[in-house]
Amino acid sequence: MRFLRIFWFHRCWTRRARTPNVASMLRYALKRLISLVISLAVASVVIFAVIEVAPGDPASFMLGVNAQEDTLAALRAELGLDVSKVQRYFNWVGGMMVGDFGTSYTYRTPVSQMIADRLWVSLPLALYALTLSTAIAFPVGIYAAARRGKPGDLTVMGATQLGIAVPNFWFAMMLVLVFAINLRWFNAGGFAGWDKGLWTGLHSLTLPAIALALPQAAILARVMRSSLLDILGEDFMRTARAKGLSRRQALWRHGVRNALIPVLTIIGLQFSFLLAGSIIIEQVFYLPGLGRLVFQAISARDLIVVESVVMLLVFAVITVNFLVDLAYAAVDPRLRSRT
Amino acid sequence: MSRSLILGACLSSLVLLAAAMSFVWTPYDYAALNIPDKLQPPNALHWFGTDHFGRDMFSMIMVGARTSIAVALVAVGIGMALGVPLGLTAAARKGSALDELIMRGNDLVFAFPSLVIAILITAVFGAGAINAIIAIGIFNIPVFARITRGAALSLWEREFILAARVSGKDAARISAEHILPNVANLLIVQGTIQFSLGILAEAGLSYVGLGAQPPTPSWGRMLADAQTMVSFAPHLALIPGLAIIVTVLGLNLLGDGLRDWLDPRIRVART
Repeated sequence: MRFLRIFWFHRCWTRRARTPNVASMLRYALKRLISLVISLAVASVVIFAVIEVAPGDPASFMLGVNAQEDTLAALRAELGLDVSKVQRYFNWVGGMMVGDFGTSYTYRTPVSQMIADRLWVSLPLALYALTLSTAIAFPVGIYAAARRGKPGDLTVMGATQLGIAVPNFWFAMMLVLVFAINLRWFNAGGFAGWDKGLWTGLHSLTLPAIALALPQAAILARVMRSSLLDILGEDFMRTARAKGLSRRQALWRHGVRNALIPVLTIIGLQFSFLLAGSIIIEQVFYLPGLGRLVFQAISARDLIVVESVVMLLVFAVITVNFLVDLAYAAVDPRLRSRT
Repeated sequence: MSRSLILGACLSSLVLLAAAMSFVWTPYDYAALNIPDKLQPPNALHWFGTDHFGRDMFSMIMVGARTSIAVALVAVGIGMALGVPLGLTAAARKGSALDELIMRGNDLVFAFPSLVIAILITAVFGAGAINAIIAIGIFNIPVFARITRGAALSLWEREFILAARVSGKDAARISAEHILPNVANLLIVQGTIQFSLGILAEAGLSYVGLGAQPPTPSWGRMLADAQTMVSFAPHLALIPGLAIIVTVLGLNLLGDGLRDWLDPRIRVART
């Protein structure tokens, strides 16, 4: 039965996607792809320009005030700082395209290696938080919409209003106070590492993920509720009831599925909030992720690291938004003609 | 008036009052160190207790409100001052290259995670309240530009605008005299929401040391200081956190309430 349902959904999906609108979808995807490339190019110029404005010479910073001029010149040549700014920009962008982000001024190690090491903490944290946020928001939003105006709905709306107002780093501190210091269920900070096993790694990331997820879940639950309420007022929902489906059946078979379309967009947008939010949360939990790397780099004036991490985060956000747009256009053909 | 409007107005007024009063009166000097009285829990003398230097938390919260409000308010001002004219221009020149340029520019700013760029700006230009204002303000520009353009586009189709054009007014004058007053309600509501987001952003930046610098008290900074002492003096973290929540909650409720109150369709539906 379950297989049949999946098969039916798959057929509907492929029919909708393939039959009449392949050309318009491709056109839309191409337009969005061009926009993505332009956005990335402009973003890289802005980031490079902002970093270039920064006062101070990295070579002098690394070698100190007493360094000899020839030593400084040699280091500048080694770091690729002895060429024009335009050349440096193209070297930086060209390097990033092949995975070479340059060499850290402070640690003298490849930035790509540093980022790769930290990504193993930040990315799972953002995905863990996204999963939690979705897992909390969906049932809560559906529950509130199904009980519109009743005490259950009002309680959920009140709780979500409060959830939006809570700063995640404060919430993180409260989680540490309760679950790490008082109950001792979790560590107050640090990351055990994935080499100790999946469970141990996830256990270290649980409190940070909850801290990141709950405020986002509050937003997502509200979006889910309002999206579902819009759908519940549609004619096809009345038709579903008229043909004999119970309220619950109509809600689950027709309501939730259609309400998911705008919710998916918000989930995509939340990814950027979670990535950015993880920068602060990593500070609370002393997690060795990209956030801590950025702050260490800022305090050491290791601007090549700051530049590369920021570009990577922007790239991730722009790409996720691009994928969300494509997914949205695939299920809602009106969007393709609008742009 | 809705309950959320009244509650939001009360909570927001409370915080604004505390911030305004801090200019003329605080129970104690917020910067005065008093080591013998350090880490006292809330009591009759120190209503919100004292911190690790014996400073009065109530006084610090009052002055901290000033910092948060100032940063968020100026950031909203920057967003409105630049975003609204951009939105009005884009709507007036709908479909033109200028419209396209403005909207794609907006998309680009939206694509940057705001906190990341705030970090970039403060990393390069140094930490401080002014740079925090600029960082938060930049991200308010596309918000106001989009919302203004969206609302203005539908107004440009209305008869009274056509009448204004027939009477010989140019696009700039129509935007200023007819479009702007009609989108003002929307901007006030959005301004309230951006104000609350600004409070959260300022707290976040101060928490990581990129916002207001000591000795200026800020709620985010107070939370950062409290982090290592939360196990034996939880009030140090609880009180600034609750101050942020009350302010943001108040502003969000105020924004929701204002939206319902200022939107005649919702008012009519309710009556």
